[in-house]
Amino acid sequence: MSPTKPVEELDRVAIRFAGDSGDGMQVIGTKFTESTALAGNDLSTFPDFPAEIRAPAGTLAGVSGFQVHFAGERIRTPADQPDVLVALNPAALRANVEDVRPGGMVIVNSDAFTVKNMERAGYAEDPRPELGDRFRLVEVPLTSLNREALRDLKIGTRDADRSKNFFALGMMYWLYGRPVESTERWLRGRFKGDVLEANLRVLNAGIHFGETTEAFPISFTVPRAKIQPGHYRNITGNTALAWGILAAGKRFDCSVFLGAYPITPASDVLHELARYRHFGVRTFQAEDEIAAASATIGAAFAGELSVCTTSGPGFVLKQEALGLAIMTELPLVVVDIQRAGPSTGLPTKTEQADLLLALYGRNSDSPMPVLAAATPGDCFYTMIEAFEIAVKYMTPVAVLSDGYLANSSEPWQIPDVESLTQGAIVQRTDPEGFHPYERDPDTLARPWAPPGTPGLEHRIGGLETEENTGNVSYDPQNHARMVALRAEKVARIAQDIPPIETDGADRGRLLVVGWGGTYGAITSAVEEARADGLDVSAIHLRHLNPFPANLGEVLKSFEHVLVAELNSGQLWRVLRAEFLVDAKALTKIEGLPFKVSEVRGAIDSILEGEA
Amino acid sequence: MPAAAKMTRKDFVSSQDVRWCPGCGDYSILSNVQKVMPELGVPRENVVFVSGIGCSSRFPYYMNTYGFHTIHGRAPAFATGIKLARPALSVWVVTGDGDGLSIGGNHLLHTIRRNVNLQILLFNNRVYGLTKGQYSPTSRPGMTTKSTPQGGIDYSVDPIAFALGAGATFVARAIDVDANHLQEVLHRAHAHLGTAFVEILQNCPVYNDDEWVEVEDRKTRTNASLVLKDGEPLVFGNEDNRQGIRIENGVPSIVRLGDQDPVAAGIAVHREGHESPAYAFALASLTRPNFPVPIGVFRAVEKPTYETMLQHQVDDALAQRGPGDLSALLRSGDTWTVEA
Repeated sequence: MSPTKPVEELDRVAIRFAGDSGDGMQVIGTKFTESTALAGNDLSTFPDFPAEIRAPAGTLAGVSGFQVHFAGERIRTPADQPDVLVALNPAALRANVEDVRPGGMVIVNSDAFTVKNMERAGYAEDPRPELGDRFRLVEVPLTSLNREALRDLKIGTRDADRSKNFFALGMMYWLYGRPVESTERWLRGRFKGDVLEANLRVLNAGIHFGETTEAFPISFTVPRAKIQPGHYRNITGNTALAWGILAAGKRFDCSVFLGAYPITPASDVLHELARYRHFGVRTFQAEDEIAAASATIGAAFAGELSVCTTSGPGFVLKQEALGLAIMTELPLVVVDIQRAGPSTGLPTKTEQADLLLALYGRNSDSPMPVLAAATPGDCFYTMIEAFEIAVKYMTPVAVLSDGYLANSSEPWQIPDVESLTQGAIVQRTDPEGFHPYERDPDTLARPWAPPGTPGLEHRIGGLETEENTGNVSYDPQNHARMVALRAEKVARIAQDIPPIETDGADRGRLLVVGWGGTYGAITSAVEEARADGLDVSAIHLRHLNPFPANLGEVLKSFEHVLVAELNSGQLWRVLRAEFLVDAKALTKIEGLPFKVSEVRGAIDSILEGEA
Repeated sequence: MPAAAKMTRKDFVSSQDVRWCPGCGDYSILSNVQKVMPELGVPRENVVFVSGIGCSSRFPYYMNTYGFHTIHGRAPAFATGIKLARPALSVWVVTGDGDGLSIGGNHLLHTIRRNVNLQILLFNNRVYGLTKGQYSPTSRPGMTTKSTPQGGIDYSVDPIAFALGAGATFVARAIDVDANHLQEVLHRAHAHLGTAFVEILQNCPVYNDDEWVEVEDRKTRTNASLVLKDGEPLVFGNEDNRQGIRIENGVPSIVRLGDQDPVAAGIAVHREGHESPAYAFALASLTRPNFPVPIGVFRAVEKPTYETMLQHQVDDALAQRGPGDLSALLRSGDTWTVEA
């Protein structure tokens, strides 16, 4: 870092890296995040990329972005508006610049502003003069500086140009005083020979450029955040979810079966767990979504801790199989990492619109517990809890994550594994008086009696079963009793769910209700509003079926209820039907997470005039 | 619970009343499977029957073993999950021509391709029975049913050729009422390591009666079927009408033998173990009315099974990396400590 330039301290900064989908924006975004985590800041990230692997270069459709928000205080969202945009070409500039905070910094690769590139991005004329009036525009000839740094290496221009993302990263490391070591370590583990040399060299060339260029008169620093003491790492939702599955296996001392079919944005969980066969995990890439669910249910029948992971279109295909798991009362977890739909929709964009599908998406009355994770790190704990419910109550359990949680990251306090290693799976071995559909009086769970157990030979299936014996039964009264029993069993899970705690006062003018990945935006908006003197509280639901027992009471303790979710009002509908509350809905269906300001705007409009 | 060696057919009969139509071929198949079970030396608790939907799929309810009556067409996928979780189990899939080859064709294909060590019994009656008589994917073209009042215009799929196309390591055909032969085939299927696919020609007396009558009726069976025996020439027919199958350039033809020695007359000698499936495909093309229906084992070759290879990967991972350490994993890569 230059001793000659002044350093300014900032509370928080949000930076967005943007370029072509092949430009390595996700890579440098991730590296910047890791370095920032090690610098001790709180942080939140938002990767946003197209579904096409390599969309045509230089077009708006191909722009890939990665936003990282970091601070010396607690933060919960990737920030509504970036303070800084790093745009590697005109298309990346055009797709992102209007999101930048007015007066914010816009760093562009000036070498990329050819007439052809600007035309391809849809600019009729050079946008830079106009943008220079509204933003602090910094023009850096990235491509030529990068080539210059590699001039004496035996490396082609094409390969040289591929490393320019690391030049940009180095520049940003200097500008925000980030440590470079973790990135150098990563590069050494990843590349060899000239490619390694090139990347290391341009990374440091970027840092030196920052130091010497007159374009950056000062650099910035963001102090370490005061967060709870402990051992931390950075984690994405999908990694936390995969590790939560491993933790459940350890907690129950049981081998794990994962059945999955590749689908965005859930495939990463399959990839991650496929690496851990030595943890006793068997991953099975099935021929389709239905087979993935079916094999998983088969493994559950056979006594394994079983899970399948998918996204909306796959979750739909699994519903018939899940109906069978409900009918045969087998324990497994099905994870839906929701994406924007309907149909194929926007595969890489986020949404929370599969709630009603999870709750009601099967033929006939087929109740299934539903949980939703609130933050990337929370995916870990949600998975453990889902398995606990599944094996205790002998039921499939749905876990809802979403595309935003899946790919975004936050610092995560590493839990003490020993504190997790309790809990036992009860599998029946005693043939004395065994009936496949006898029930635990407390949980109403039927016994888990996997094949291989002598004396417990029995048959299960999708036909309605006689209470207790499990024999096929067409008796009308028995059917009515079994429908009621299946519902009652799921309802009784509420006895294990802690009462919902209100963030803020227990009663008052406005309660904001959220669930799933909107936790950060809602909590930030509510805290901000309270700091401004508004009478607003919040609850965030993890348990969507059954609800916490006190939910109705909490809802009725507020004059207004606002349900904020990334769909057309699904939880809103359920709460109104269930509790007869005149709740209002804040909905967003753009494939993007809530901005804090959007939630805040809805709060203000309900509490108009009060401050 | 009697020891495996002392068990009898009765030990495999469940308490449930069997509810197929009178005269259904499924009765005979059930009886023969129950007869074979105690002879296999597998403890009853290690036997699992898995089915989908259809008449044949009621089968598990009648077996006093573990059983799972699942959803339409997906039994091979459920069975795969069971087998991967507990490789020691003897897992039998019972399916039909509609369940296995129509709605479940994809799962049948991929399960066979993976060579999961399962026995798959496909009861082929060439009609949908449980839904009351629509044509199935194995129905003869032109067949008139409730859903094809002017005759079916689908070409049919041959289960044996389908299995061969999927890369099956064991493919056989048996007849519901030919008890001894069926039992022999079931023994062979169980002994095979890998997916053992068995088509069982089965009569539906209600919706497609006498579909297989030529091969079921003892009077016509000898001329209408060709019993495959490993190492023996493809000879069939009554003593006064001995015939053989010659295969040239993959194309079979019938040779009337009289007193000729079959091998000298160029009749193909049956070999289950050809590495190439071309010969078995040629056999699969033998259909009525021009040819006899081959009965027995078309193909039996050895290939590592899916669950064995999966177990090797688990063992290798354990040998190379030791038992997974969750605490170390959570602390892997870049971490940092926030001091109090």
